[in-house]
Amino acid sequence: MFGFSRPQLIAFLVLLVLIVFLPFVLYPVFLMRVLCAALFACAFNLMIGYVGLLSFGHAAYFGMGSYVAAWTMKVWHVDASIAIALGGLTGGILGLGLGYLAIRRSGIYFAMITLALAQMVYFFCLEAPFTGGEDGIQQVPRGFLFGFINLSNDLTMYAVVAVVFLGGFLTIHRIIHSPFGQVLKGIRENEPRATSLGYRTDDYKLIAFVLSTTLTGIAGGTKALVFGIATLTDVHSSTSGEIVLTTLLGGLGTVFGPVMGAVVMTSMENYLAQFGAWVTVTQGVIFMICVLAFRRGIIGEIGNALKLKL
Amino acid sequence: MTDTILETTGLTREFSGFVAVDGVDLRVKTGTIHALIGPNGAGKTTCFNLLTNFLTPTRGTIRFKGQDITGMKPAMVARKGLVRSFQISAVFPHLTALENVRLALQRARGASFDFWRAESALDVFNDRARQLLQDVGLPDLSNVIVADLPYGQKRALEIATTLALEPEMMLLDEPTAGMAHGDVDTIVQLIKRIRKGRTILMVEHNLSVVEGLCDTITVLTRGKILAEGDYATVSKNPEVIAAYLGSADA
Repeated sequence: MFGFSRPQLIAFLVLLVLIVFLPFVLYPVFLMRVLCAALFACAFNLMIGYVGLLSFGHAAYFGMGSYVAAWTMKVWHVDASIAIALGGLTGGILGLGLGYLAIRRSGIYFAMITLALAQMVYFFCLEAPFTGGEDGIQQVPRGFLFGFINLSNDLTMYAVVAVVFLGGFLTIHRIIHSPFGQVLKGIRENEPRATSLGYRTDDYKLIAFVLSTTLTGIAGGTKALVFGIATLTDVHSSTSGEIVLTTLLGGLGTVFGPVMGAVVMTSMENYLAQFGAWVTVTQGVIFMICVLAFRRGIIGEIGNALKLKL
Repeated sequence: MTDTILETTGLTREFSGFVAVDGVDLRVKTGTIHALIGPNGAGKTTCFNLLTNFLTPTRGTIRFKGQDITGMKPAMVARKGLVRSFQISAVFPHLTALENVRLALQRARGASFDFWRAESALDVFNDRARQLLQDVGLPDLSNVIVADLPYGQKRALEIATTLALEPEMMLLDEPTAGMAHGDVDTIVQLIKRIRKGRTILMVEHNLSVVEGLCDTITVLTRGKILAEGDYATVSKNPEVIAAYLGSADA
């Protein structure tokens, strides 16, 4: 199913069980934060892990998705499903425009262009009236899903977030294991050769980029809905950096790595919050340990030890 | 002229003042194996990059099957039936041998933008891919990750991948470079087998390979054509000998 190998299917079932039962043990709002970060990281991993392009500006799509979802909920009072979809649409359209410019370069140049474009989006959000500038968009009502499911209950909201996450996760898995994904892997492995076989590689990279930013926008929109807030933090370059860190920590180019990375990163932010600035220091240290000692990331190393592709 | 498949006129490429390829008029006859030889830095690989439009010529035109392909996108050139290989082995290292060949066969579907479809949509190509692997002498390696293959087999796989596109004309950039003797012979035999119905233009350093294989040889030095003809003619040309072995006053 969905091109899962046997060990991957088992890991997926474990993930599924955890998603279903954990909200009865842990605080659902924390778990929702993890799931939003996990979807964001998975979408980001689609670019770095399967196309081999490091985007340093994914916060732009996350943040804009978050702003648009929050604004349409608060001002237009649209349905929650529409708000999330609009978040994804925003990410996709923005990704099409900015990706069209960035995709012409690769490696460090691609990273720098995406960073520069994301900074432009940040300053746009800082100045544009609808974002509320420094204040952000606050007190966004969760509203209703499909007009009748009240989302103000945390567990109901959690179910929606879980479905959105699983949908995104499976979509990404399908993309990777499709004829399209096969060409992407070819481009990652040897782009000149893919060109010499007659593939217009820029087209494939752009489509992958738009798919990634759409899912990122969906993650941002969902996050805005959960917390009822969209702020400058969501579009800030630190968010872009953090998602790179999350994905690296969990395991670049693995299916479950970004999820694991999101669990670890969000837990640290949550449970170490009482130590204030020490969170950043701890993250820095963990990142260095990761780069020095286990470069494949947590899931990457586990997979390597068990000789499995996870 | 129907018997000329590829023709260049005044093909020139300059790199900020340095002329790598200088007014080359090359004519490759349909169905022949044509070799491009010359000392290091003669412009052979640049020439290849120009022919497949991986580089844009500064001046000059390229005609393939009578059509002007100068300035066309490299992916389009490949679709016209002019497919190249690379000097360093051009495989997809972390895919299996089968997937490597299949990626070329997949071109037959047109553009593969269908990200929503399962990979099993590609299973129809598996038999043909296995057949191609068998043709180049790699029958049992379908599921081996290519990075683990020895060099000679990578080159053979590369040829299988190129063949999968059924190109009318193949450009092979030093197909035997860096190979052990036994492997060289395998590749030569392979090229002999696949030449049927195709035109091959190859860059080659190894003169003994050229001798037994190629119908026409063009010698390049410093971006210019020095001599052209069959092996017997070219190998006796004093200028060629000088270019290869160095003249007395060099």
